[in-house]
Amino acid sequence: MSDDDEIILSELDDEELVQQMFDDLYDGLKEEIEEGVNILLERGWEPYDILTKALVGGMTIVGADFRDGILFVPEVLLAANAMKGGMAILKPLLAETGAPRVGKMVIGTVKGDIHDIGKNLVGMMMEGAGFEVVDLGINNPVEKYLEALDAEGADILGMSALLTTTMPYMKVVIDTMVEQGIRDDFIVLVGGAPLNEEFGKAIGADAYCRDAAVAVETAKEWMSRKHNSAKSA
Amino acid sequence: MIPSDNTLTEQGLPLAASKGRVLLIACGALAREILDLKAMNRWTHLDLTCLPAKLHLYPEKITAEVRAAVAKDKDAYDDIFIVYADCGTGGLLQAACDEMGVQMIAGPHCYSFFEGNAAFAAKAEDEFTSFYLTDFLVRQFDAFVWKPMGLDRHPDLRDMYFGNYEKLIYQAQTDDPALTAKAEACAARLGLAFERRFTGYGDLGTVLGSI
Repeated sequence: MSDDDEIILSELDDEELVQQMFDDLYDGLKEEIEEGVNILLERGWEPYDILTKALVGGMTIVGADFRDGILFVPEVLLAANAMKGGMAILKPLLAETGAPRVGKMVIGTVKGDIHDIGKNLVGMMMEGAGFEVVDLGINNPVEKYLEALDAEGADILGMSALLTTTMPYMKVVIDTMVEQGIRDDFIVLVGGAPLNEEFGKAIGADAYCRDAAVAVETAKEWMSRKHNSAKSA
Repeated sequence: MIPSDNTLTEQGLPLAASKGRVLLIACGALAREILDLKAMNRWTHLDLTCLPAKLHLYPEKITAEVRAAVAKDKDAYDDIFIVYADCGTGGLLQAACDEMGVQMIAGPHCYSFFEGNAAFAAKAEDEFTSFYLTDFLVRQFDAFVWKPMGLDRHPDLRDMYFGNYEKLIYQAQTDDPALTAKAEACAARLGLAFERRFTGYGDLGTVLGSI
């Protein structure tokens, strides 16, 4: 196909369109993604199906290629930006149609740290997987995390840090939760470039998540454990 | 002769004929500074080899590369000193050094030890919205910041990366007006305020002087 053969999204059948949206997400084409979402809505697709089958499906491929070193951060950011465009259309509709809610997560970058790219990706992918996400932004002291966990009735606390100097603050938060006797009320997931599995264990987190896709899978797994233990209790 | 900055970024600095008792295994971004300190202080007991500075773009690779470098030359020296700080390894480099019985420079990164670890830590609360560049990183700004972040291809990503930053602090190791002008231009490209702060070699000189 030559470059002149422009693809008309509305002329594709559903399967072809979803496949094309995977490609467009991969290439970070926000306008095309927005157009694809609108076409699927016009064709009567449920917002939740568009989210999971077209957007999350596409971002999963992006995530896998990032992990395998085929894609790099700039490309992932462009893809995320395109997905964000699609999500902005779907979000109000998802609220109206009562899409299934898997759990609720409070997420934020720790005190003294302003880096939020990874956190934002995790938040977006968690939303895509059906979690409700309360994003506290950057530079969060322990009080802010704890207030939000309580006020939101959250299931999961997600903490992010990019710096070697700020990642120890995660332990401050977890230790405070232990002191207040609320540590076991929440699933605590941590992530960020300088972290590793050992660090996660050492500070008392439930899991270290090396990327957004792992965070989603880990959150789902821990939520199902939580449900199972609640049932057997 | 000191290799070009591009060579230090891509290949590092090979070990010249071994003469000293102690081998410094350093980041390529520190080669000029260490060679300058060596010459100034006549530290003839120290030999230097550098790993490619670009490892900083993949901090997860630093520990394995340092291990390999230590294994390669440990029998030829009385002692080896690692001139890396933690540098985003999340404590793994320190653990590896402890295991290999070699010392490394203290601190989270070169921005900290150039300023002095204690002074840098004291300012952390006020400066966590600052982005730092050293002499080497100003010279290699495109190789370490602009291109790896894809800003050459997608300048619209700039605010996703730097939107939470307020200021670029150029930690000057030397007095070089041309480099200061370039650092200021880097700040403008990132949309950040600019500050020049002369640090000299900070803790680097003190630590190497104690070996």
